Amino acid sequence: MYTRSEMLDVVTVDGHAKGIVTRNLITGEIDTHTGHAVLLATGGYGNVFYLSTNAIGSNVTAAWRAHKRGAFFANPCYTQIHPTCIPVTGDHQSKLTLMSESLRNDGRVWAPKTVEIAEQLRKGTIKADQVKEDDRDYFLERKYPSFGNLVPRDVASRNAKEMVDEGRGVGGSGFAVFLDFADAIHRLGKDAVAAKYGNLFDMYYQITDEDPYKQPMRIYPAVHYTMGGLWVDYNLSTNVPGLYALGECNFSDHGANRLGASALMQGLADGYFVIPYTLGDYLAQIGPKPVDGKHPAFEQTKQDVIARINKLLALKGTKTVNEYHRDLGHIMWEYCGMARTEEGLTKAKGLIQALRADFWKNALVVGENEEVNPALEKAGRVADFLELGELMVDDALMRKESCGGHFRLESQTPEGEALRDDEHFAFVAAWEYKGDNQPEVLNKEALDFEFVHLTQRSYK
Amino acid sequence: MNLTLKVWRQKNADVKGAFVTYKAERISPDMSFLEMLDVVNESLILKGDEPIHFDHDCREGICGMCSLYINGHPHGPKNAITTCQLHMRTFHDGETIVIEPWRAAAFPVIKDLAVDRSSFDRIQQAGGFVSVNTGVTIDANAIPIPKVIADEAFNSATCIGCGACVAACKNASAMLFVSAKVSQLAMLPQGQPERWSRVQAMVAQMDAEGFGNCTNTGACEAECPKEIKMTNISLMNNDYFSAKLFREEHVHEHASGE
Ligand SMILES: Cc1cc2nc3c(=O)[nH]c(=O)nc-3n(C[C@H](O)[C@H](O)[C@H](O)COP(=O)(O)OP(=O)(O)OC[C@H]3O[C@@H](n4cnc5c(N)ncnc54)[C@H](O)[C@@H]3O)c2cc1C
Ligand code: FES
Repeated sequence: MYTRSEMLDVVTVDGHAKGIVTRNLITGEIDTHTGHAVLLATGGYGNVFYLSTNAIGSNVTAAWRAHKRGAFFANPCYTQIHPTCIPVTGDHQSKLTLMSESLRNDGRVWAPKTVEIAEQLRKGTIKADQVKEDDRDYFLERKYPSFGNLVPRDVASRNAKEMVDEGRGVGGSGFAVFLDFADAIHRLGKDAVAAKYGNLFDMYYQITDEDPYKQPMRIYPAVHYTMGGLWVDYNLSTNVPGLYALGECNFSDHGANRLGASALMQGLADGYFVIPYTLGDYLAQIGPKPVDGKHPAFEQTKQDVIARINKLLALKGTKTVNEYHRDLGHIMWEYCGMARTEEGLTKAKGLIQALRADFWKNALVVGENEEVNPALEKAGRVADFLELGELMVDDALMRKESCGGHFRLESQTPEGEALRDDEHFAFVAAWEYKGDNQPEVLNKEALDFEFVHLTQRSYK
Repeated sequence: MNLTLKVWRQKNADVKGAFVTYKAERISPDMSFLEMLDVVNESLILKGDEPIHFDHDCREGICGMCSLYINGHPHGPKNAITTCQLHMRTFHDGETIVIEPWRAAAFPVIKDLAVDRSSFDRIQQAGGFVSVNTGVTIDANAIPIPKVIADEAFNSATCIGCGACVAACKNASAMLFVSAKVSQLAMLPQGQPERWSRVQAMVAQMDAEGFGNCTNTGACEAECPKEIKMTNISLMNNDYFSAKLFREEHVHEHASGE
């Protein structure tokens, strides 16, 4: 196992992936590794939003490097925003914690009916349990009587946002709605609720210092999963022969809207049921020849990696990399988050380009390569996020329909639900890299449905 | 709130370290302990200084990466949480907080507060898995397991491998960690075929890594953020003893139920 090493590039020889370049995160050594094939299982890119439920170390670098070596990046704008996360408390926030989906089995989501009551709750002059039943809007139950609190994640998230936009949000910041267990505790007893959700309630208490047995939880949507990723075929092969992508780093399986629990299923399917067979097929085709680690492509790729590290280390500006990351996150969340418009996305594109240009001028990267240097590690990752962010915006601009997690305000049903445009957009968008600061080229993979036909979703 | 931090700084394993004092100013009680360190680090970077290095990843108590010996306790003063789950409201304005790395010969310092815990990886690689090919998927109810046993195995499996048990122990023993990893499999049917070889291999690796022995003090159990119980150690000792009574191949025949 190579722990504490980061892959920074893919080596291709005659168009086939034949190895990788890594940096040893302790010594700074840049190594090349050869292989008959390269399998990426490097996870999702939700941290492009700065705040997400993902681990701090999650990033897009491996997939992005592969993309820049020719692998198509598919549906980058498809992001899952999970409805039940603990709300942000301030600018110091470094990550968001998810409260499990299962809580919506027994918890009831509500917001106050009026802006006035919401204001009192925000100021703390009244507490949630003092809000009368008649003054509460169980908005999911009201709007979706047959699914109620169990509507899919994208619908629950958008509705919470709507409450906040109307001024009915709660909590100090106003960016939250309630998830209330009072009924469940009354119906099942506190012990039964504790047996089911005790660990989650404890976690909530640790973070917020509020007891969810007594006061409803405050929740707000947060970025959780990225359905987009490297384009792969049914064999999990990218369009670069010998380069495979498994798990969240590929785009497959979830379309525009991942359902709960299916990411771990995908991990099993990709790793256990698919790749052992499809990889063997590729190896049989290329035959048992040793990989020549002396091929100039290895040294060339290594030099590219070193040059980029030196370029990052030469940044001696005035703004920390973390600040750039936070700024990018704000742009992405504001304009490429739960609701997207042509106008907002166009603005975001300009903002990201400007931020990226500023990064390469004014960022501050301390330390050296030949040591443990988290500032350098982070700089490389944020530099990649600054490129990915623009592609996400391009993808969202191109897709004028609403689809799953991608909600374009211009494309709604009369009832305000996501409206697809299957005539024009029933395709996977696979983007092709064409060089730095060049527009990427869109390849379309048509989606054909033979047995189950596309219809409008309804949870009424 | 404003705090004084006494932080262990050490360039790498080969040089001596020392405490350095920092001020942490305008800290919100809602911040996590690691977010407080983020704030300090941002100000260090802006001054051109090297940030304080510490391990972290999930920041929600599930990955086992964060560590830190805070005011004499692994993962700080509160019970049953990791450092990333510790919030600043636990401390009071003006307090001095002492922050050290895990200290154990088998966990050499990488830099500042981060230590090399790859010895745990090697113990796991020595046997902490099931290598029997599982074949096709079988129905969940095909191998019934009593709920009490399933629950116990689950409790053992909640060990996140952070190493707080080693840091807490005066002998720097890894028995709580290793026993949790042994027990979670020893209690379940899937773990049986390799039960006896596993415990021997993992204990041998634990000894080779230079961890100390267990003297039943119980500091590990008291400090474990996941409340892993010392009964795991009893179970492991029992299995180890049983395994040593037989030659390994006999153990295998025995285990396969002849
Ligand atoms: C809080 C949370 C809860 C979730 N709960 C559920 C759930 O209940 N059910 C469900 O189905 N899904 C859930 N998901 C989603 C699911 O966990 C993830 O989609 C899944 O774990 C992704 O697995 P993966 O192997 O593709 O990637 P990851 O598990 O993200 O692994 C990627 C690995 O690659 C490493 N890596 C990345 N880049 C590099 C590089 N350049 N060089 C070297 N290494 C690199 C990373 O360090 C990491 O170890 C949850 C996700 C989160 C964040
Ligand atoms: S950072 Fe993962 S357990 Fe603390």
